[in-house]
Amino acid sequence: MDLNILWFILVAVLFIGFFFLEGFDFGVGMLLPFLGKNDNERRVIINSIGPVWDGNEVWLITAGGALFAAFPNWYATLFSGFYLALFVILVGLIVRGVAFEFRSSDRNPAWRNLWDWMIFVGSFLSALLWGVAVTNLLQGVPIDANMQYVGGFWNLLSPYTLVGGLTTLLVFTLHGALFLTLKIEGDMVERARRVATRVGLVTIPVVLVLALLTYVNTDLFTKAGAAVVFVGSAVFLVLAWLLLKSGRNGWAFIANGLTIVCFTAAMFWGLFPRVMVSNLNPDWSLTIYNASSSPYTLKVMTVVALTMVPIVLLYQAWTYWVFRHRVTDKHLHY
Amino acid sequence: MSELLLARWQFGVTSLYHFIFVPLTLGLSVLVAIMETMYVRTGNETYKKMTQFFGKLFLINFAMGVVTGIVQEFHFGMNWSEYSRFVGDIFGAPLAIEALLAFFLESTFLGIWVFGWDKLPKKVHALSIWMVAIGSNLSALWILIANSFMQEPVGYVLRNGRAEMTDFFALITNPHVFYQFPHTVLGGFCTGAFFVLGISAYHLLRKNQVDLFRRSFNIALVFGFISVLLVTTVGHTQGQYLVKTQPMKMAAAEAHWETADPAPFNVLAVVDEANQKNSFEISVPGVLSFMSYNSFSGEVKGLRDLQIEAEAQYGPGNYIPPVTSIFWSFRIMVAAGGWMVLITMLTLYLWKTGKLEGTPLVLKALLWSIPVPYLANFTGWYMAEVGRQPWMVYGLQKVENAVSPAVSAGEILTTLIGFTVIYGLLAVADFYLLVKFIKQGPDEPVTVGAQKPSPKEVSLWT
Ligand code: HDD
Ligand code: HEM
Ligand code: HEM
Repeated sequence: MDLNILWFILVAVLFIGFFFLEGFDFGVGMLLPFLGKNDNERRVIINSIGPVWDGNEVWLITAGGALFAAFPNWYATLFSGFYLALFVILVGLIVRGVAFEFRSSDRNPAWRNLWDWMIFVGSFLSALLWGVAVTNLLQGVPIDANMQYVGGFWNLLSPYTLVGGLTTLLVFTLHGALFLTLKIEGDMVERARRVATRVGLVTIPVVLVLALLTYVNTDLFTKAGAAVVFVGSAVFLVLAWLLLKSGRNGWAFIANGLTIVCFTAAMFWGLFPRVMVSNLNPDWSLTIYNASSSPYTLKVMTVVALTMVPIVLLYQAWTYWVFRHRVTDKHLHY
Repeated sequence: MSELLLARWQFGVTSLYHFIFVPLTLGLSVLVAIMETMYVRTGNETYKKMTQFFGKLFLINFAMGVVTGIVQEFHFGMNWSEYSRFVGDIFGAPLAIEALLAFFLESTFLGIWVFGWDKLPKKVHALSIWMVAIGSNLSALWILIANSFMQEPVGYVLRNGRAEMTDFFALITNPHVFYQFPHTVLGGFCTGAFFVLGISAYHLLRKNQVDLFRRSFNIALVFGFISVLLVTTVGHTQGQYLVKTQPMKMAAAEAHWETADPAPFNVLAVVDEANQKNSFEISVPGVLSFMSYNSFSGEVKGLRDLQIEAEAQYGPGNYIPPVTSIFWSFRIMVAAGGWMVLITMLTLYLWKTGKLEGTPLVLKALLWSIPVPYLANFTGWYMAEVGRQPWMVYGLQKVENAVSPAVSAGEILTTLIGFTVIYGLLAVADFYLLVKFIKQGPDEPVTVGAQKPSPKEVSLWT
């Protein structure tokens, strides 16, 4: 396997990790103002992701760095092209990131309420726009012969990509609700379960619509492997819902997690070996070859990644183990 | 052209803003780690209280550092896409390594530290704040390796219309890093030290928790004194180094127009950039030669000659960066360093002779000195980055060729205004919280749950 393929897979893995981990952070953030009826409940909810959300976000930062290092043209075209969309995502991540720290630092209810809503808004915008971004990559955007994006912001919004955004929004919300059923105590668990069941009921048809639109708008289903994995993600979603119904929250969380993994994997598989599709001329698409770094750089980065990633995984896993217990309202930070 | 100007403004505003929080993170993480180590070693609860008090301030600052850093990570692609294409083969590597090696470390262990007070053995807990401190300083190392490539490109070859890496080892042992990294990190240590000193002085003035703040004062005093001596020493050798590698920058920093041997040093000058001269200057003969070469003779090239040389080498164009502002930034940084050396020496003397708490003027001066290292950091980066103009990558790519063609001026303006407004509002909230906690002092539990926890469970993080 050549290193360009390896790095494409690594980038995909980083995004899978980001969507899986930060996915429940976003979901928890979106549910916060609705599930938490009083200040104490809200604090329990936030504390369920308190120790880990920042580490989870670094998956995104690493993905950004990996894009830059391995596929500079992808990094350059994507972020200058999706300029305003990325700006909105960044604003979301900014207000959400400080809100976790700020909300706890003052007891004034208006202050707390403000930052709780910032957590909601930040999570909502990010969860929505990541879906829009990913489906745009696959569907194709106007890219000219010089690898420059020549569309505007509104070009990114089409029925297909909006359904893509809605999908990540809903799947992440479900992911967050399921995560909460495992991490908190008391009657809030039942509430989170109810929310998860309802969100799941809406999510299933949306994902089916997305599958249909993907068939119409992209060439993903011409690749057998990508198609199977895509269908797999829908199957896991239904499975998650059934498991939830039968009271197996833990298994439901895992099944829905696999939905996210399969969905992201299918999207990247559908792209391969392109990294950004040009809808002006297929020859102008960016691929893992014309967008990549030199073989030397890829080699250096491969050595670095293969030594560092296992270590990172090890200590991140350790964090989850340290904080494996349910959050009670005894030792709250936020 | 206006895209270029806006993009530069945006990068300048967001980077300088990010760098308000970075130096305090660098210094305070180490100081808090020292405090907690003292706690583990002595078992004295005062140190725990101290750790938690300064730790809370650290966290508020850290949160701002994190969210503003994310913007920086994507900025190169958003506004400088041609730059990213041109050097991505080299420049992306340290950025990716920074995330993998440093950001994971600091953010993961910070989560453990904040939430782990009663879940982990004391030693493991203290180790986790050390991991945060190491992670932060490692992140500085890798980003400065990236920045040093822009200041002094090494280990590359121009191929396929871009700069390609040929020697990773040369990249990470770039001589520029050996000045820039210690200087920046030590600047951060000074920032942390003056922060703790100033706050401790504030409470000592009010006779508030005297035992605790005496101890934190002493820790910060020793730490700060060493750091400030080192930062100025490194700064001096860095200047000498830059005379060789970026003579244009240093000539601008000295407003030195005409080549001279021996060269005089301009203490103060009124710069007339249009006519390429100083309309007024106070100068000392020979001293610039001395500062550049440790000897009172030696030719120091002036801006005019350097411009002629640059045109001969790179073709027509203006290679002189904005002299006035660089000249003054340099002076402000050096003055700030001088002030910090003086005041830490004076304080050390008073402390040794036991007169410190009888001299409220010095304690007050320390409180008001908290912004001084910030000023030095700000002007230092201003000088380093603006002094590089018109180059994006020194000698290889000009800033005007680096900007994203796909982005319109209107889009940049929108986001520039957006970032400025959000950053402004956050600055207000951040400042409000810091001042509140500083004034409040360590005693009161910061947040209280619905049921009041029993005193045993009270930590700052209850
Ligand atoms: C000398 C030090 C230094 C410099 C020059 C920069 N940073 Fe920074 N950065 C840090 C030192 C640092 C830090 C001390 O490690 C921070 C500050 C507070 C924090 O949380 O980590 C940080 C945070 C931080 C984060 C968030 C990390 C997280 O989530 O934990 C990102 C993505 C960046 N930075 C990226 C950048 C980029 C792309 C820069 C170049 C323009 C940059 N930083 C300049
Ligand atoms: C955090 C510390 C830093 C500060 C405060 C800072 C400050 C600045 C400022 C004020 C400018 C505007 C200069 C001008 O437009 O005339 C600038 C430009 C720039 N800096 Fe930095 N910088 C920092 C770190 C870095 C690092 C670490 C890198 C690279 C890794 C970097 C890369 C750039 C780039 C790409 C530009 C845009 C080109 C330009 O306008 O000169 N900076 N920086
Ligand atoms: C006598 C004292 C000092 C001298 C002679 C000095 C010298 C220098 C020089 C020559 C540069 C430019 C480096 C470049 O353009 O690449 C610089 C940059 C800088 N200085 Fe200083 N400095 C002094 C004190 C300080 C102090 C006290 C601080 C902070 C507390 C500080 C913080 C910085 C920072 C953050 C930069 C930008 C990063 C870099 O390029 O290293 N400096 N300094």
